[in-house]
Amino acid sequence: MQIQEVISLLRNFSAKEELLQRLVTPEIEALVAKIPKPVGSFGFDAWGYNEDSFKLGLATFKLLYDHYFRVQVHGLEHIPKNGRVLIVPNHSGQLPMDGVLIGIATATNPKGPRAARAMIERFFPTVPWLGNLMNSWGGVIGDPVNCNKMLEADEAIIVFPEGVRGSGKLYKDRYKLQRFGNGFMHLAMNNRTPIVPCGVVGCEETMPAIANIAPLAKLLGIPYAPIVPSLFPLPAKVILNFGPPLHFPPVKTEDEVTQRVEQVKDEIRRLIDKGLKERTSIY
Amino acid sequence: MVVEKKKAGPAAEDGKKTVLVTGAAGALAKRVIARLHGRYNVVAVDFRRKVETDAGIPSYKVEMEKRGFEDIFLNHKIDAVLHIGRIFAHESSRDRRYNANVLGAKKLLELCKKYGVGQVLIHSTYYVYGASAYNPALLDEDHPLKASEVTMDLVDSVELESLANIYLWKHPELNITILRPCNVLGPGVRNSMSLLLSHTYTPVLLGFSPMMQFLHVDDMADALVLAFEKNKPGIYNVAPDDYIPYQRAVEECGCRKLPVPGIPPVIPKIMSSLLNWGAFFPPYLINYFKYPVILDGKLFQETFGWKPKRNLNDIFTYYRKTKLASA
Repeated sequence: MQIQEVISLLRNFSAKEELLQRLVTPEIEALVAKIPKPVGSFGFDAWGYNEDSFKLGLATFKLLYDHYFRVQVHGLEHIPKNGRVLIVPNHSGQLPMDGVLIGIATATNPKGPRAARAMIERFFPTVPWLGNLMNSWGGVIGDPVNCNKMLEADEAIIVFPEGVRGSGKLYKDRYKLQRFGNGFMHLAMNNRTPIVPCGVVGCEETMPAIANIAPLAKLLGIPYAPIVPSLFPLPAKVILNFGPPLHFPPVKTEDEVTQRVEQVKDEIRRLIDKGLKERTSIY
Repeated sequence: MVVEKKKAGPAAEDGKKTVLVTGAAGALAKRVIARLHGRYNVVAVDFRRKVETDAGIPSYKVEMEKRGFEDIFLNHKIDAVLHIGRIFAHESSRDRRYNANVLGAKKLLELCKKYGVGQVLIHSTYYVYGASAYNPALLDEDHPLKASEVTMDLVDSVELESLANIYLWKHPELNITILRPCNVLGPGVRNSMSLLLSHTYTPVLLGFSPMMQFLHVDDMADALVLAFEKNKPGIYNVAPDDYIPYQRAVEECGCRKLPVPGIPPVIPKIMSSLLNWGAFFPPYLINYFKYPVILDGKLFQETFGWKPKRNLNDIFTYYRKTKLASA
């Protein structure tokens, strides 16, 4: 090879392009092409979701999904191929790893892939790079206006009604559902949206917290500051169980809404128990 | 309250409506005037200069908050007002801007009431919503206007709207329509965003690239004329259903990025003040380059049957080409 050729090759070499080609396989391209998600002329939607960025995120986390957490998933047929849907799981593991894994499961669903939107904490947009990055993968701040508009646009949304109460709980409280907010039920009823319950097993063990240093969390302005064995999630085996869609026609009083939230909690409990029985080893 | 109508100037003999257009020297108003000319009798006013207009279009240099403004209503029987002209924040001091934009608009609305003007269109801006990290996307028209929470320099925009709102419910006979467009760009447009994208080096905040909406000035002119002709009073966002992050738009316009640290928030403000970037990257607009203000334009689109004819690429091509031409 002549020197000139080497130089021209080097000149055309782009680390970014190379990485993209290695990661974003034809399978990923084919999956994303099947996702029923309208975007604008530059591949963005109103919340900052971007197709190219989503492909890259999907490809990266798919590696963790397959080889690190070895995710086993059941009931994907319950997620509608298109149309609005709320996916409601239990929340655990300090970091929102469960949201990411559910996102990968829905995006790689052989029965009809979806780009599920996760509701993220309100402080994320103020963090440089990370805020935009999470938006480009489909994350949106958990505002009811956002939720309503996305359901109107027939999107799939992942909601954790436990919020930080769930993700921040200690290891001794594992697989105990914390208080659910009622907001998701109002959203589902007002927008005639089916709720697909989901039981997540394994994420509790990715980051088992023995204590929470509340004063430190307050000082740092973050929801919680747990004492954990490792800052990187441990390789626990994760089992996801999606249940049949639940439909709820509107009701008047908040008491009735709470009763319905309890129905969803019961179903999630059932799916968690199913997952715990299916699990043969924790790691 | 019964308002006794003053006798206005002589009605047009040809039976055409007479339309007063403010801000006539601006790129948008010029296009609106061109679209109305012939079908209506147009009266052009601007506070900056007496605009050169086509034959048959009377043109005045006048400041709305000054007394001479009323003479126009005495000399012409004004049927409708398209209030497009506004002093941009980079064009004048805060006090003078407040006088012109808020007190001037009050004077205008008072005169409209006094001389029985049947329709008033107010050209507002998406800035009124304010850029905040907590903003949901696709804001509806009833979303709170939080611009004044972000900065004192946008108080006049919000005040102009609340003033127009008071007249909207108190004087339904004025048929007031308020339009809140997203970023309007195109040849001749002199707003901050257009000036910014005309630069070779364009400041961007490191790690922040909020989603934005852009509208071609020709599409905005069409929207204004349509809103005027269909006359359905109310408040409307005017925006397309297409979105792009700011930094991508900067690239598409052929600009080179000039990275500025985005946090802590005082740094970009200090840089903007020190380097005198007031015209195109003013300190008080910095939040708009950090957090998104995305409008839901559905109400306007459905009420008036309007869709923009030019896409994002058409809009950016103009900025790219001007740079190539000057290089």
